[in-house]
Amino acid sequence: MTQQAVIEISGLTKSFRLPGREIDALLDVNLRVAAGAVSGLIGPDGAGKTTLMRLVAGLLLPDAGAVRVLGYDASRDALDVQSLIGYMPQRFGLYEDLSVQENLDLYADLQDVPASDRPARYDELLQMTGLGPFTRRLAGRLSGGMKQKLGLACTLVRSPRLLLLDEPTVGVDPVSRRDLWSIVYRLVEEEGMSVLLSTAYLDEAERCFEVILLHEGRVVGQGTPSEFSEPLSGRSFRVSQPGILPRRLQARLATRAGVLDAVVQGQSVRVVMQPGRMLETGGGDSDNITCEPVEPRFEDAFIDRLHGSRDGARTLRPADHAVTPGKVIRVSGLSRRFGDFVAVDRVSFEVSPGEVFGLLGANGAGKTTTFRMLCGLLPASAGELSVAGLDLRRAPARARGRIGYMSQKFSLYGNLTVSQNLEFFARTYGLRGARRRQRLEWALSELELARYSGAASGNLPLGYQQRLALACALMHEPDILFLDEPTSGVDPLARREFWSHINALADAGVAILVTTHFMEEAEYCDRLAIMSAGEILALGTPPEVKRRALGVEGERAGMEEAFIALIEDREVA
Amino acid sequence: MSRRVRGLLRKEFLQVLRDPSSIAIAFLMPAFLLLLFGYGVSMDASNVPLAVVVEQPGAEAESFASVFQHSRYFAPQRYIDRASARRALDAGLVDGIVLLPADFAARVKGDASAPIQLIVNGVNANSARLLEGYVEGAWRNWLERELGARAMPLNQPVMLQPRIWFNPGLRSRNYLVPGLVAINMTLVGALLTALVMAREWERGTLEAMMVTPVSMREVLIGKVLPYFVLGMGGMALSVAMALWLFQVPFRGSFWVLTLCAALFLLVALGMGLLISVTTRNQFVAGMVAIIATFLPAFLLSGMLFDIGSMPVVVQWVTHLVAARYFVAILQTLFLAGDVWGVIVPNALALILMALFFIGLARRRMHKHLE
Repeated sequence: MTQQAVIEISGLTKSFRLPGREIDALLDVNLRVAAGAVSGLIGPDGAGKTTLMRLVAGLLLPDAGAVRVLGYDASRDALDVQSLIGYMPQRFGLYEDLSVQENLDLYADLQDVPASDRPARYDELLQMTGLGPFTRRLAGRLSGGMKQKLGLACTLVRSPRLLLLDEPTVGVDPVSRRDLWSIVYRLVEEEGMSVLLSTAYLDEAERCFEVILLHEGRVVGQGTPSEFSEPLSGRSFRVSQPGILPRRLQARLATRAGVLDAVVQGQSVRVVMQPGRMLETGGGDSDNITCEPVEPRFEDAFIDRLHGSRDGARTLRPADHAVTPGKVIRVSGLSRRFGDFVAVDRVSFEVSPGEVFGLLGANGAGKTTTFRMLCGLLPASAGELSVAGLDLRRAPARARGRIGYMSQKFSLYGNLTVSQNLEFFARTYGLRGARRRQRLEWALSELELARYSGAASGNLPLGYQQRLALACALMHEPDILFLDEPTSGVDPLARREFWSHINALADAGVAILVTTHFMEEAEYCDRLAIMSAGEILALGTPPEVKRRALGVEGERAGMEEAFIALIEDREVA
Repeated sequence: MSRRVRGLLRKEFLQVLRDPSSIAIAFLMPAFLLLLFGYGVSMDASNVPLAVVVEQPGAEAESFASVFQHSRYFAPQRYIDRASARRALDAGLVDGIVLLPADFAARVKGDASAPIQLIVNGVNANSARLLEGYVEGAWRNWLERELGARAMPLNQPVMLQPRIWFNPGLRSRNYLVPGLVAINMTLVGALLTALVMAREWERGTLEAMMVTPVSMREVLIGKVLPYFVLGMGGMALSVAMALWLFQVPFRGSFWVLTLCAALFLLVALGMGLLISVTTRNQFVAGMVAIIATFLPAFLLSGMLFDIGSMPVVVQWVTHLVAARYFVAILQTLFLAGDVWGVIVPNALALILMALFFIGLARRRMHKHLE
């Protein structure tokens, strides 16, 4: 690399001591971040991205190695570094009880921006972020996307030479994500700023000039996105077969010999082959199957590089459920108000047995509130809802006996072992004797938790915690499974495995209701509802939703584009 | 003052105005605590239910019994004999029994000792001792008057003429209320700052602030100054309530009071800041502030319980309780005046403690997240 570097890191190691264990957050990290470009720090949760960001910002001291930022040592000359950089932490660092203008003023004071320079800079920032009309609004009253933009504006009051953004796009709606990226590009092009941005979204890698791939505290690779994906050319295909649900096709292809990765993409399945292997398209169930080569993308490279680090996942084998005909979940005109605030506004939908139904939306769209009402955890303000044929207002306990619920935070007892957690949930669902033992064994073997059965669940890797949470929710073999952001923060490999379990459960006749803010996961749903500000904007199968948003030619587009179009339509209306 | 400090101060004042919880801590809490303890905690006995048994009615016996009738300390109830009075004591209806025996008149006139019998319920040692003292006083007064009226010399070798200084009425409120002001302001000061740094940690705002050129000294000033102003407001309110609501006399000078109050508030704010920096969690910080500052101040400051009568080891421990020094200063200023021999050493102790706590908090506030 001949380009000048804004960050040079050599031999960087950092570990944290927690009661009873030590976590190596970063292990012998060496890297250079180029000047005048957007560099992406990419990796799943727990990869060490935030630790690396904080070390660069001088907020943490390294155990070994050195971090040089713009020529200064980040630990020894932290103040010098901090006067040259802008840093937006994950939670944006805003004072929610101050207005937009007051937040800007505070950061301008802290950055020692002279009063004479301010009006021009404020105008520029407010125009860039679109916050101009909201200067008097309290930061706490802004939407997630607006908070993120205000956080960005605050770090930019004194144009920094290096901008550090720690997961700025997490939990923010796709429109705000797109806006953020356009601001970042503008800063790089017009002000010559260097940007280091961390993200867990693999699709954002393609937007970076250079990508640093971090996994379990180590740099797994560094290069331009195309340098990552090029070696995979000739190994990626789009496979489609009319008349079969894409997720079924995906499930079948994923187990074929030589297939490294298979994910649903629209109405087809994107397949990545192992090196030197060709997809065998013959066989009895392969009528009309078509297979066309496609350009490799960053995610393919990610899977390729990290696949070896995980033991081969197996498909869940749930017992068949007696499928009762008709809908198992009926919701009509469901609303929930908190004071003046309408969290859920006249929502209606139905779910059949064996169906995967998705609720899609940004943070604050009302997904979790809808869920809590469906589980009987929160009374509805208005509307009808029945679950498993039972009215939740009259028989909440009986209805809950048919429901399995896995919440965002997994709701495990961190200091109980894996078996103790399973045992506890089995007992709360009233399982006894032989049946309890049988379900425990099932969970330990089918979800491959046996190896960890004696480990405290709080110490497990996130992917295993997720498996355990799923096992706990399935102890009583529910007919209906509620999954609230089940894959949030889990790495792409664990997410794939999780969806294969969901697929298997749906095929066994379980009705599945899932919320997510990962747009690509929407493709796994048989039907879905896109939610924003408490309302359903569109409802139907993924192609129907896309058609609704983008017209007939939109069917092949991604769900994210459909989402953006729907939100923009609504804003115009 | 640098632009950064001004920015921090403005931010803090805006937050105080928008989130009234710190205003409530600064003003409502001391007022509430002062009302609660000022009226609730009293070392005086009044209207103590007392059984009076006159075994043989007579002029002398009636005269003495009527003393209780007219005293504000007692609520006497007449019982006809020892047994029924005893039952009333057992049932908790009375706290003591005054028994005038059948030969009361003869004993008074003669020089036989112990003409009356007093039985006190000693379960609550404190009120028992009070009752004992009051009855004794009543007896001596009555005796003096009775004998004086008959021009008979009192056959006591030494005549005790007590004079009580500083608080001649022996109103316990006069020394309790200044002490309470110190105790309450310990809690108020510590809570004000205990919550604010922890709040910045919890909300993730400190992280963003740290990556600006701001120094931790500036952050410290930005945190102490606004709450110092609020705390002094609460202090002024407490003193005003002591003077005008509880009618405690004030004999010192106000500038000494203001100076010492400021010193003490700095100690309390420093303690809160140290707690906040250490716990980084609002809930824990709140609990620690109550347990580590309020309780020791309440028990070990000498406000309620005399330090001189504590075990020696506990007496040493009291030296670590800042409220102890402020209680001494306040009680002196309110009841005695500017007694420099008391004020100067206690004020010096406060200065040392303020330097210690704020200094330690400053050392623990560094621009690292660990």
